[in-house]
Order: sequence, then C-alpha cells, then structure tokens
Amino acid sequence: MANPMIRLEGVTKRYPGQDRPAVDHIDLDIPEGEIVIFVGPSGCGKTTLMKMINRLIEPTEGRIFIQGEDVTGVNPDQLRRRIGYVIQQIGLFPHMTIGDNIATVPKMLGWDRSRIDKRIDELLELVGLEASFRSRYPKQLSGGQRQRVGVARALAVDPPVMLMDEPFGAIDPITRDRLQNEFLRLQAEIRKTIVFVTHDIDEAIKMGDRIAILREGAKIAQYDTPKHILSAPADAFVADFVGAGASLKRLNLSRVRDVALSQWPTVPVGTHPEAALAVLRQSDRGSLLLLDAQNRPFRWVTARDIDRDDIPLDQAGMAPEAIVEPHATLQDALNQMLDSSHGAAVVVDGQGAYLGAVDFATVALAIQDMRREARDQLRAEAVELSDTGGIATS
Amino acid sequence: MILGVSFWEYVTDQRDRLTGLMIEHAQIVLVSIALAIVIGVGLGVVTYRTDRPRHAVLAVTGVFLTIPSFALFGLLISPLGLGTTPAVVALVMYALLPIVRNTITGLREVDPAIVESAQGMGMGRWRRLARIELPLAWPIIITGIRVSTQILVGIAAIAAVINGPGLGKDIFRALARVGTPTALNQALAAVLGIVILGLLLDIAYLIIGRLTTSKGLRD
Repeated sequence: MANPMIRLEGVTKRYPGQDRPAVDHIDLDIPEGEIVIFVGPSGCGKTTLMKMINRLIEPTEGRIFIQGEDVTGVNPDQLRRRIGYVIQQIGLFPHMTIGDNIATVPKMLGWDRSRIDKRIDELLELVGLEASFRSRYPKQLSGGQRQRVGVARALAVDPPVMLMDEPFGAIDPITRDRLQNEFLRLQAEIRKTIVFVTHDIDEAIKMGDRIAILREGAKIAQYDTPKHILSAPADAFVADFVGAGASLKRLNLSRVRDVALSQWPTVPVGTHPEAALAVLRQSDRGSLLLLDAQNRPFRWVTARDIDRDDIPLDQAGMAPEAIVEPHATLQDALNQMLDSSHGAAVVVDGQGAYLGAVDFATVALAIQDMRREARDQLRAEAVELSDTGGIATS
Repeated sequence: MILGVSFWEYVTDQRDRLTGLMIEHAQIVLVSIALAIVIGVGLGVVTYRTDRPRHAVLAVTGVFLTIPSFALFGLLISPLGLGTTPAVVALVMYALLPIVRNTITGLREVDPAIVESAQGMGMGRWRRLARIELPLAWPIIITGIRVSTQILVGIAAIAAVINGPGLGKDIFRALARVGTPTALNQALAAVLGIVILGLLLDIAYLIIGRLTTSKGLRD
C-alpha cells in the first residue's frame, strides 16, 4: 500500500499484572476510503487495538500514523477531534438536543454559529432524518434514529477517519439490516476511512472492504478482502471462525448485476393463447411470464392457465412474485427464489422493466466462478512463490 | 380557645420583629448552604473516581452529622468565639454529607458510555465534567442540597446558644422564661417561623430544580 490512511507499526498493549500482552506487535496498513473490519472472538483485543488509534487506550509500544503523521505523541484531545467515533451504546448526551449533540466537536473547534447550524441541517439530511429532529432530545428517538444521530455526530467536522465499535450491535436485526445498507450507501458517498469492530463475521463480510481476523492477543490471523477470506482462509482458525456455509456467505458478496442472468420465456399481454403456448413449448420452462405494456412482469402463467376457456390470459395464472433489482445480493435473490413457486427470482430494472431471472443454475454458476477464482488465486500465489524461490529447498 | 387568640395577638404584635428574625434565619442557612455546595460538590468531584479518598470523605462528613449540635456549637466557642462565624462553620459541617454523597452518587451513576463518547470526541477532563457529567448528575446533587437545607433550617435554631442569628434566639429566650405569660407564645411563634421557612425553601428548590434540569432528563 503506497499511502495508507492509517498505519500501525509494532503496536503493543501490555497491562500490568498480565503475562501476555492484550495486543502484540501489530503491523497494519489501512487504505484510504475503505472500511476495514476488526473481527474476532471476544477477548481477542480487537476493541483495544481500535481504541489505540484515537488513544483512548495508550499503546505500550509501537507507533501509529494517520495520513503519514505520527500521532503517538500528539495531544490526545486534539487528535480525537479529527477522528469520528461511534460506539455500540451510541452515547448521545441525554441532556442536549440532537442539534447540540451534533454540534459538540464543531463548538470545540470554535466554528461560528451559522456554520454550525448549516452543518447540522446537512448532516441530518445525510443520515435521513428530518430537520425538525434537531430540537428533540435523545429519549424521544427510537434506537435506529439514535444510531443515525450518532453517525451524524461523528461526521460533524468531516473527519477523514472514523472508528466504529460495534455500531449496529444494540439494534434489532431488522432495523440493523436496514441501517447497515443505509450506511453502505452513505459510505459510497463520503468515502471515509473506517475502522469497524464487530464480533459478527456475517456483518464483517457484509460491511468490510477488508477484514482483519484477529485471534487472541490481537494477532492478525488473516487480513484480506471478504472474498478471499471466504474462498481461501489462511488457516484452520480462520476457516473455523468463518464457519460453515462459506459458499452461502459468499453469495452476500455478489450482486445480481454481476452474474449472467437466465432468460425466461416472456410474451406481451394480449398475445393470442396459441402463440403463447407455442413460446412455452419451445422453452424448457414450465411457465411463462406475461409482460405489460411497460415491459413489467404482469402474470406468471402455465400451460394449464393458457388452456382455460373461462378466463382470458391476462387474468389467469399468478401475480408476479420474487422480484429483485440488480443491486440485490445473490443471497437476497436466492431467498426470494426459494420462496417462489416458479423456482426463479425475476430481475427488473429501476423502472420495473423485466431484465431476466435468477434461478438455481445462475446461483450454482456464480458459486463455481467464485471457487475457480479462489483456486486461480492460490495457484498464482504458488507460481509466484516457486518463481521467486520463496521456499527454501534442501 | 384563649391560648389561640392570644397567640395570634402575639404574632400580630411582634410581626416586624419575627419577620426580621426569619430573614436572619434564612440568611444564615443560605450562606451556610452556599459554602457547603462549593466545598461539598468540590470534594465530590475530586474524590468520586478514587476509592480510598471517596470513602474517607464520606466517613468524615458522616461523623460530622452525628455530633450533637449543642455540643458542636459549644466546641467551636474556644477556636472561633461567639456569633455568626462559628454558627456558619457548624452549619456547613452538618450540610456536607448529603451534598457530598449525592454529588459522588450522581457522578458515578453517569452512564460510562456517555463519558466514553465524550472522551472519544476529544472533550478533555474538565470540559467533560462541566458539560456532561455535572449536568447529568445535577438532579441528584440538587436533591442532596435540598435535604441539607432542611437539616440546616432546624439546626440553625440551636446556633442561638452561641449568639448566632435567627429564630433560635426566641426559642432560647422563651426557654429561659418558662412559666411567664408570653413564654409559650414566643417559643411557638419561633417554631412556626422555622417550619414556614423550611416549607418556603423546599418549594423554592422544587422550582429551581425544575428550571435547572435539562428537558432531556425530565420525565
């Protein structure tokens, strides 16, 4: 990495009275604009490692650089004002309004009132809260809303770096999923360098551009992209931690738009039943998709529906179900597909027009591709090693 | 009732003097409370995070409260003499425990996550204390101040034994003249004045507490 945003060099934390260091000589480069996840079992030192970056915990040894500057010796309060910080409990100040909570760091940095006011409005909009929220108090907000305010507060002075300690940990699973997606969308816009701590490997895979899997003593077991961690775990510890179903987890990394869609037989609404039947016969599917004038999925029909005399074709069959957009993950598509009675998820564009379908064949192909990619990577590494004589031969 | 009639006659007759004594009484209580707040909150702030000093402060101020007031006023005569000064010193000593204890409790009950997020945003030790911890602990601290005030309104009467100001004077004068026609009225009027003062101060604290506690903390 040429110019990492954050560089850890030999960072170590020893606590008095403990034989083994809590964090043991960590070297790590964190690239600009990426979400790097520290994940590992509880007690592995991931939170300690993160808190040494803003020096809530002072390292015993080693140096930390942010944007090339050694921050191990600078005033810790000044340092922290340049680093966004979000914790699991959010820690909003209950006696201050949402606006004042967000204004905390700008006030310390001496911004003038009108600039602060403008920034509060911007941030509330950014995290999807109405401007009226600024005069409310934290107790008047739901858990999800507080979480968003916590993110807005951390972003107040637009710091290049954010530290997040299980930021979605205390939120119910459904809201969490929504907030995670929202945060990923937000990050695509703001491109912060984010260090994110979690114990949940699924969250790590979903949120991370890179994942550092830590074992006890904050030793890095593997530091790689989610894809490579899933397809080529470095050792038994990583494989075990990632757990069963790595192939299925990988489906969370691929989007519908990245795979070749299957085609499904379609006819426009109003097609003569004979012609529709002919299309169905020529295909290898058991059903046909009727499209409306805007090319949107309209009805699923089978041969039996087409054959019916009592009702016209556009009222026969079933309303379309299992519809996904291209940005959905294959995991989403697979879930939809398993629930549908036709064994396929229909893919539509933003206007709802039919693009294709995801069926078992699509998913199986995607998994094969991922496996092949992983194998090719491992082979490339093997070739590289033998070319450079990396392995000592006797 | 003959006593009742003559009691109200007494109060009406002595209205101005009684009002003056009541104001004196209120003054000495409020001055002592003000000093006790400065010292008590200060001690709480300095000791709440360390175990030994905290226990020591609570133990010492606890002992103060157990000294019989008559004895304490008497003991202060030799170093401080008679009058207002020893009275204020004694009253401050009595007021400390509830204020110190509630300051410590209030500060220790602040959610650690809130303190951590303040620290993580770059708030230094004193800013954190002034902007976050004390405002959050305030409802508990002011309860302690209120309790201390109630204690002092009563104990301040005893300060009359060392020539302290306030309604206590009339109580001791009456005690010295037990059996004379107006002794009982004099004592009753002073006691009534003390009770009324206590109630007025209590109401004042309710209002002050409400005005000084953030809307975000109220139910």
